[in-house]
Amino acid sequence: MERDKHFILGVFDDEDILLNAVREVRATGIRIHEVFSPYPVHGLDEELGYRRSRLPIAAFLFGLLGTTLALTMQFYMMKFDWPMIIGGKDHAAFPDFIPVTFELTVLLAAFGMVGVFMISSNLKPWGQPRIFDLRSTDDKHIMAIDVATNASVDMEKIKDALKSSGATEVNSKSFD
Amino acid sequence: MQVTSPVRDPLVTGGKTYKDVTNDIARQVEGKPTVGWLLGLAVSLGALLIGSLALVATLWEGIGMWGLNKTVGWAWDITNFVWWVGIGHAGTLISAVLLLFRQKWRTSINRAAEAMTIFAVICAALFPLIHMGRPWIGAIWALPLPNTYGSLWVNFNSPLLWDVFAISTYFSVSLVFWYIGLIPDFATIRDRATGLRKTIYGALSFGWDGAASTWMRYESVSLILAGLATPLVLSVHTIVSFDFATSVIPGWHTTIFPPYFVAGAIFSGFAMVLTLMIVTRKVFKLEDYITIGHIELMNIVIIITGSIVGIAYITEFFIAWYSGVAAEQYAFVNRMFGPYWWAYWSMMTCNVISPQLFWFKKIRTSIVATFILSLVVNIGMWFERFVIIVTSLHRDYLPSSWVMFYPTITDVGVYLFTFGFFFTAFLLFAKFFPVINMAEVKSVLKSSSEKKLN
Repeated sequence: MERDKHFILGVFDDEDILLNAVREVRATGIRIHEVFSPYPVHGLDEELGYRRSRLPIAAFLFGLLGTTLALTMQFYMMKFDWPMIIGGKDHAAFPDFIPVTFELTVLLAAFGMVGVFMISSNLKPWGQPRIFDLRSTDDKHIMAIDVATNASVDMEKIKDALKSSGATEVNSKSFD
Repeated sequence: MQVTSPVRDPLVTGGKTYKDVTNDIARQVEGKPTVGWLLGLAVSLGALLIGSLALVATLWEGIGMWGLNKTVGWAWDITNFVWWVGIGHAGTLISAVLLLFRQKWRTSINRAAEAMTIFAVICAALFPLIHMGRPWIGAIWALPLPNTYGSLWVNFNSPLLWDVFAISTYFSVSLVFWYIGLIPDFATIRDRATGLRKTIYGALSFGWDGAASTWMRYESVSLILAGLATPLVLSVHTIVSFDFATSVIPGWHTTIFPPYFVAGAIFSGFAMVLTLMIVTRKVFKLEDYITIGHIELMNIVIIITGSIVGIAYITEFFIAWYSGVAAEQYAFVNRMFGPYWWAYWSMMTCNVISPQLFWFKKIRTSIVATFILSLVVNIGMWFERFVIIVTSLHRDYLPSSWVMFYPTITDVGVYLFTFGFFFTAFLLFAKFFPVINMAEVKSVLKSSSEKKLN
């Protein structure tokens, strides 16, 4: 059977039941493809064993880039390219450069991080998401289990594991 | 098993389920516009159109159409600019600072407050832009772009240039913050819709699917954006106050300006949020989401910031006297008892005395009183900027050049234009965008009061 095509879906009503269910299902050795929720569920990423997001590092690096660019630009323009005496200050009046440096740091950190977020989460205006269950943006949590990755486990056993851990419905879904 | 915590009241009343949240909020987007909304839009568009005549007059004839003269070179334009920027501070404060402080009540008001921020900043940016006289070449003057004069660069020692960077950064970061929050809610509307609406909201939702890995990154992005936006929001009004504080005009040359302006900005921003939310919750029947509890908490912020502003006014006077500088002392006596005494005392009454009424629980939990006081606060904050700007300028160093400032019909019209724009944009937002952050409200729906175990 091909991977990433056929799924068994567990439908959960409540976030606390979902968190327990994720723990129980993973304990039986079943590998979960992904969980889809209408809102962020705290602790779900840890239960699923996801590695912490590295977006803070991206933000820091972009911020550092912003600081460097802003300082380089201001020192180049004010000190080297066309030095002028303004208000009797030094050409390289560093304290005066702080506001613009701060703003460009924030600007680049924010835009850089959001850009990385968009790319890593595959978010784009022409994006066509694979919808497992329309209710996953409304009021249900959907746990998707890929049949092919769990080929060693019996299908009925997966369904039983979902039901016994609190799923209100167990459905199957196939994509072309 | 149901565990109920006795400590905290639920943030959303009416025993709403997740499905109810989706239905209540998405209904506004999916339904036909109401008569009240259409009337509101007609009035705002009317103001926008009438005001645009004044805008065209300014662009066509030049800023000589305003009431400025050689003594008072800054008046309504910069007053309106600072007023609108100040209003634009509440949105990011609510969504960023309150997120860092884990104030979960922010979830039902942050969306609308951020929208208000974005529209207010656009209104604010209009004034310095048209004050350039020829805004179509203004970008070359205001940004460090290579030019044929050398290149002769912009002056990085000038607070006016810092403002260009601060306002544009604030605007774009707020816009991104706001939009990231909107994406999951657009996906909710997309999944309920068919046909053209599905296509439009599908594109707006950027292909969001609500996967746990995406939510994890989303949470991380929100937290860091909040961390970045918090110093940003403080820096913006600080830099706006530098426009005055770094000058050598008596009445402006004051080190207290940055914190005093930031407190004033939050003060007026919260008042505008209250004005808008009290109307919105009524029109869209959102009383269960924006509760009296929310209004009371915002009123408490108004008491605090209003009192800070009051203390700042008094400190300014003390320092003017204590400095022993005759020009400084005269500037402040002139504010209080000079020809603009009425503006000064309006400011004092509206900003210092009226918010103290919120110490009474009856008043701060009353919708009518809150609505009236929120308008009073914004009138007072407009007068504050007018007092600082015009009364410090109109009697300068040479008594022969002492004048009064009289606004022209064009001054009034341009101000009206910004009102028209602000309310038109807000009404369009309230109709076509989910006015409350559904995903975040769902996430606080029960965690604060109960926990369900299997």
